[in-house]
Amino acid sequence: MIEVAAIKKGTVIDHIAAGQGLWIFNKLNLGQLGHPVVLLMNVPSKRLGKKDIIKIENYTDVDTAMLGLIGSSITVNIIENEHVVDKVPVFIPDEVRGLFSCGNPRCVTNSDAYVIPLFHLHDARSLAYVCEYCEEITKVAWK
Amino acid sequence: MIDLRGRHLISPSDLDLREISSIMSLAQSMQQNLSSYASLCRGKILATLFYEPSTRTKLSFESAMLRMGGNILGFSDASTSAVSKGESIADTIRVLDSYADIVVMRHPKEGAPKLAAQYSRVPLINGGDGGHQHPTQTLTDLLTIHMYLGRTSHLKVAFCGDLKYGRTVHSLIETLARYPGATFYLISPEELRLPPRLKEHLEQHSDCALIECRRMEEALPAVDILYMTRIQKERFFNEADYLRLKNSYVLDSDKLAQAKAKMLVMHPLPRVNEIAYEIDSDPRAVYFKQAELGVYARMSLMAHLLGVDGL
Repeated sequence: MIEVAAIKKGTVIDHIAAGQGLWIFNKLNLGQLGHPVVLLMNVPSKRLGKKDIIKIENYTDVDTAMLGLIGSSITVNIIENEHVVDKVPVFIPDEVRGLFSCGNPRCVTNSDAYVIPLFHLHDARSLAYVCEYCEEITKVAWK
Repeated sequence: MIDLRGRHLISPSDLDLREISSIMSLAQSMQQNLSSYASLCRGKILATLFYEPSTRTKLSFESAMLRMGGNILGFSDASTSAVSKGESIADTIRVLDSYADIVVMRHPKEGAPKLAAQYSRVPLINGGDGGHQHPTQTLTDLLTIHMYLGRTSHLKVAFCGDLKYGRTVHSLIETLARYPGATFYLISPEELRLPPRLKEHLEQHSDCALIECRRMEEALPAVDILYMTRIQKERFFNEADYLRLKNSYVLDSDKLAQAKAKMLVMHPLPRVNEIAYEIDSDPRAVYFKQAELGVYARMSLMAHLLGVDGL
């Protein structure tokens, strides 16, 4: 198996469902951070069968709201001196700002580009959110 | 008079039932003694920002302000304003709120008045946003119901026509559901049913009963109010769908014969062909009186939001 060295300081996003790692990498703009980043794909996992992992060196300010929307299996570990010093909980956020667009084509947020879409959780099971502006429901579908 | 000074009205839920009652009470007083209020808004200016065509709402707002001694400015066609040069809603409001004391806005985009209110330093009223909400039509409807039936609770109301895009329906049904004992008959083609989110909201947050019907005749004998709506051409992306659905429901004298003797026929207007002209002379047809009462409802609302009573 390919060996990747442990990072001394930074963040490890673990237990990403296999296939979603590259998508998260792009959505979080990790390529633009300027820090060393490693994306591992299809790593054997006891819990998931196969998983993806992202390691980011010298950076800990990861958008956990977005990760919560992607999957509850994801774990975010903060690393100091090669040890896990904190596990940041990932949960489905009650409020989401700017991460996705309103599904209602008549909503003002889809025509006025300066408006940041804002949503409130409607149903956690179906990842359904209500738009602050038009009050229509948008279901988050990442893939 | 309850103090609503400085507040915006974007959705009927911005007002609690006590506040609605205060607006109704003043509106009734205004209707009975109009001349007493002729100077209530002297020196005040209403800005009417209509990004979408309107006859009744715009003119009734203007009439309401003029009847209270105030002045009006604004536009009724976005193509004749800076909007046509690409000005954003936010910038338009930031400028206009220094020209006026209160603003009413109609916009085809849903949520536009809510966005505008975030930038407005003066009270902003939603005059209808797309297929979303139309709170001042709801105040007009409640005033009409109260004046003819003497109550707004324990009502059986049939909503007929475009329940999907009908903003007047959305605002009114959400508000009537806050009063006890409401039963709603929902009569619409399959494609124009009440939005699922709104239906779910009514089921979870009120004690109202919802009965879905395909034919008007199923509801007519039982209801206190028949609220007719127009199938709105401007809400369809596809003209073929509009043409297929536009004649779904027409109220004529044969159908009205099945209704209670004191049932009200209401309509937010304009109508196209969903109410036959023969109905206009029936005492149950109150839609033109409803349009008249809209002036008093809007007078009272603006007096509340401006914090003027002066009596």
